[in-house]
Amino acid sequence: MNKFKKITLDGLIFQNPTFILVLGTCPTLGLINSAFSSMGMGLTVLVILTLSNVLISLLRKLIPNEVRIPCYIVIIATLVTFARMFLDKFLPDLYESLGGFLALIVVNCIILGRAEAFANKHTVLESAVDGVSQGLGFTLALTIMGVICEFFGKGSLFGFAIMDFKIAMLATPAGAFLVYGISIAVFVYVVDGVQRMLRVKTNKLARENMLKEAA
Amino acid sequence: MGTFIAIVLAAVLTNNFITAKTYGICPFLGVSKKTSSAAGMGVAVTLVMVIATLVTYPIYTYVMIPLKIEFLEIIFFIFIIASLVQMLEKIIQKISPSLYGAMGIYLPLITTNCAVLGVTELVIGDMSGILAEGAAMNIGWAVLYALFAGVGFTLVMVIMSGMREKLNCYKMPKAIAGFPIAMVTACFICMAFMVFSYISL
Repeated sequence: MNKFKKITLDGLIFQNPTFILVLGTCPTLGLINSAFSSMGMGLTVLVILTLSNVLISLLRKLIPNEVRIPCYIVIIATLVTFARMFLDKFLPDLYESLGGFLALIVVNCIILGRAEAFANKHTVLESAVDGVSQGLGFTLALTIMGVICEFFGKGSLFGFAIMDFKIAMLATPAGAFLVYGISIAVFVYVVDGVQRMLRVKTNKLARENMLKEAA
Repeated sequence: MGTFIAIVLAAVLTNNFITAKTYGICPFLGVSKKTSSAAGMGVAVTLVMVIATLVTYPIYTYVMIPLKIEFLEIIFFIFIIASLVQMLEKIIQKISPSLYGAMGIYLPLITTNCAVLGVTELVIGDMSGILAEGAAMNIGWAVLYALFAGVGFTLVMVIMSGMREKLNCYKMPKAIAGFPIAMVTACFICMAFMVFSYISL
């Protein structure tokens, strides 16, 4: 159980694909000018990442080591093709707003990275949990930045107008770079601080226990 | 002539891959610490973009559309790009070992560069905003667009690496060193390139 807790926490915070590993930057920067499209992108990646992790983990003993990357790419490209057809048919709004970035999920480094670093060494269940938590980490990060960029850049949230005041620059790629950079800095600062606090706490506990035992 | 100028300006300045479309950000942030490696990466990406478009555009237009298998484009394209990159690596290694030494290490990374898949997807899509009125898309324009998109990519890479080399001289807090400050730098480059969006043809 502890193992799954660690995988989940890693995906959401300590190994967050967007803020700590800085992977999958192209769709992040391209889509965070709107909360709807960034959340849609996050959820699409979540589904594809989970499925690809499960499939690759199932096939990990069958795929020869020398040709593993082409095999992974075929699996991912097939999943992306399915996702594209599905969105085109059932969610045309999202399909429109994702634009070219939908096809570019194939070369999203998060998916290939997790296949290479995690799914080909772990069991199916672990890989599925890893896919969901990494995908959730990506989705949450994108949604938070999407909300910030859309609120200040367009004065709206998920397409609903809220206020007249807006800083148009934040809805352009320049603003996306700025918000992404500042978000990474804040996230790293907070996570570092929390980790330091936890370490101090555990050290203190250990010292008290030692003193007790000595007494 | 009008179409030629429009494509060159759009690909290099107004619709620059990095500053306007945000394609190819991974190498832009990852390989821009030194000017020489940034220029090498830019040239390698440009080369792969041109060759990939030269191969995928005819295959899409003359093979996939007549056979009605357009839905397989992602699988086809990524395979063509991956094998092209491998082939190019072997050819350069054989013909010019010195060029391979300068460029070879970047080649395997290019397979997963969105800029290459992005340009092959763009030229088969709707290009009416860039082409002059009445001009139809053909392989010549497609390859020209790929070439100058690569030139624009290299230009921004080199500017960025110059700024990052300067940034190395300063001490900064741990939280903003590395990616955050690189992104803020990129923000200023993007703002400078936004000026070009006022060019209208």
